[in-house]
Amino acid sequence: MWKSLHIDPKKCTGCLQCEMACSVEHTGVINPSKSRIKVFSFETEGRKVPYTCTQCTEAWCLNACPVDAIRIDAATGAKQVFDDVCVGCKVCTIACPFGTVNYNQDTGKVQKCDLCGGDPACATACPTGAITYVDADWTGLDRMRAWAAKANTAVSD
Amino acid sequence: MGWNRKVLRVNLTEGTCKEEPLNMQWADEYLGSRGLATKYLVSEIDPKVDPLSPDNKMIMSTGPLTGTMASTGGRYTVVTKGPLTGAIACSNSGGFFGAEMKFAGWDMIIFEGRSPKPVYLYVENDKAELKDASDLWGKSCWETEESIKHRHQDPLIRVSSIGLAGENQVLFACIVNDLHRAAGRSGVGAVMGSKNLKAVALRGTKGMSGIKDMKAFMKITAEKKKVLADNAVTGQGLPKYGTQVLMNVINEMGALPTRNHQNVQFEEAGKISAEAMHEKRPTDGKTHLVTNAACFGCTIACGRISEIDKGHFTVVNKPEYWGASGGLEYEAAWALGAANGVGDLEALQYANLLCNEQGMDPISFGATIGAVMELYEKGVLTKEQIGIAAPFGSAEALATLSELTARGEGFGKEIGQGSKRLCTKYGYPELSMTVKGQEFPAYDARGIQGMGLTYATSNRGACHLRSYTVASEVLGIPVKTDPLVTEGKPELVKAFQDATAVFDAAGICVFTSFAWTVADVQPQIEAACEGDWSMEKLNAMGERIWNMERLFNNAAGLTRKDDDLPPRLKTEAAQTGPAKGLVSGIDKMLPEYYTLRGWTQEGVPTPETLERLGL
Repeated sequence: MWKSLHIDPKKCTGCLQCEMACSVEHTGVINPSKSRIKVFSFETEGRKVPYTCTQCTEAWCLNACPVDAIRIDAATGAKQVFDDVCVGCKVCTIACPFGTVNYNQDTGKVQKCDLCGGDPACATACPTGAITYVDADWTGLDRMRAWAAKANTAVSD
Repeated sequence: MGWNRKVLRVNLTEGTCKEEPLNMQWADEYLGSRGLATKYLVSEIDPKVDPLSPDNKMIMSTGPLTGTMASTGGRYTVVTKGPLTGAIACSNSGGFFGAEMKFAGWDMIIFEGRSPKPVYLYVENDKAELKDASDLWGKSCWETEESIKHRHQDPLIRVSSIGLAGENQVLFACIVNDLHRAAGRSGVGAVMGSKNLKAVALRGTKGMSGIKDMKAFMKITAEKKKVLADNAVTGQGLPKYGTQVLMNVINEMGALPTRNHQNVQFEEAGKISAEAMHEKRPTDGKTHLVTNAACFGCTIACGRISEIDKGHFTVVNKPEYWGASGGLEYEAAWALGAANGVGDLEALQYANLLCNEQGMDPISFGATIGAVMELYEKGVLTKEQIGIAAPFGSAEALATLSELTARGEGFGKEIGQGSKRLCTKYGYPELSMTVKGQEFPAYDARGIQGMGLTYATSNRGACHLRSYTVASEVLGIPVKTDPLVTEGKPELVKAFQDATAVFDAAGICVFTSFAWTVADVQPQIEAACEGDWSMEKLNAMGERIWNMERLFNNAAGLTRKDDDLPPRLKTEAAQTGPAKGLVSGIDKMLPEYYTLRGWTQEGVPTPETLERLGL
């Protein structure tokens, strides 16, 4: 069973623990500038929004790559960049409609979320439950439950 | 190792930026941030220097846990000699600026001299240069941050800057970073203004690579985050209500200074409380509070983001204030509100926004307004002098005086000198509610006796963040003590002062101490930093930092008489509430405190004490 990162911006406080955890997982260094998940702050609205790759089924990045450096991890469904194959041409960064594949100046390769092999560090680090890792078929479960709770009143007839 | 081992020295007179190695022997003795930066400052400046002269220096410093996954590891400190107090000034701020300094590869930045023209410092990793800020001079902190990001076409830059208050050398001007976080107290912004330094802009992409044992560090920081999450104050109270959770609590205790400390309870406290911020307004059906927000790495998230009522008289036709923005926090709500008898939440937020926008400390500003209102009611100051009728409770006066003070116009110039100078000028120095020239924060020394000693002995002038005995006397952390008695308080204050110095030096937020003790911080430091970081060493270090600051103040000319409270708190008893009939027992506590500190009864550390602490 594949799982998905599920993001609830309402719960995000903007602490950036996710960005730090992502960078430590992938580079061994605490460095938000190399994170594959990014928290955006919309100051005048008071909103914080974590954003990362949704692992599209027909992934534009994967289809655009001229050297087949982006492949599906069968265990997790993650579209994963293979650094030893990637030539850093950045075509995938143009192809991705969401901007979630990005070039890394230090490595000369592109980087994107790989779901940390099935145990995403961002979700573990998030202190408020704004980022969770849930059944890929049931990302709407919480919202359904909330609505179900509202419907849970006896209907008299 | 926690440190980048690199200091940036900026000579504003010469226009140079030079890299030098961090003094690792000092890092071993003073850890970082408040401790280490103070060691640098006291080693480099004459304690008698005029704070606003080029000979004063200003240091921005991180700690070893700044820019790490340790919860709240985003703090930075500004250390200089303060113009409001003539004492050591040490102001701490959260937000994201401190972590960015670490990610750019630096531990601290030392500013010396005075630039011949307005400049800002731009740091991009190893590259540091001073840039012309002529076009930024005259702009607010908010405009400055936006302009710098726009100019460099980089929205990820982090900025600390001064607004009009710092430029005009308002003696309680602060340095604002990330729009609504501030190195708030003692007038550090005026020092920055005196140096013609408008802003510091940082962009760091190098990250923190020096953690001694990353695996152990990740494990221990995760464990300690759980301690914060499981604690009622840091896990529930602060995220939901923010520091404002205290407004009703402190009022009920009879320790909410009201109308320039004439009263200890404010009848309209409920209207300016956390609970009020959660209620829907009758005017527009919205709550004042929009959401809570975290500083870098903080898993508590006490910050308040609010939206002002667009129809309120203060902001009608001023759409620039209609968006969500920072505030109100408890200290600001108290100083702008109860201290002046103003119970209009929206007016307080407006004044708070001006403080953030133009870089003023809302505590000292609000408390100075309290003194102005008392002088007005006594007939010492007139409507003509002030420019507006200013009786206690006037939201209109608060709003107008906020504007005048921020811009340095009219009577605002006098308010910008702080309450001690203002009250002295008009012949009533005893009406200034200050210690060492700095205004009190939001706890009355009659209703919470430990806070009286805290204020009197705080090295940076009256301040709650040097030994927050409210934790013990009100919340029972780590043990409950009776707020109305003086017994045991000297010991409590000393213990809090020394422990707080450790939290500050580490680069984390003192709010963690509602759930953590030094024993919780110690393993996080040990996993991050090379060297021996035993409890004994950290405890001694906290005491060493405190004594080092004291020695500087003594050398600057401060004496025992500066460790005193205004006569009102010692002679005018609280009239209502649990503390009714009580005055501050400062005169009883101070001698015992000196003895516990190993100081003479003149407040001077004895040679034995200095030797014991390696000073």
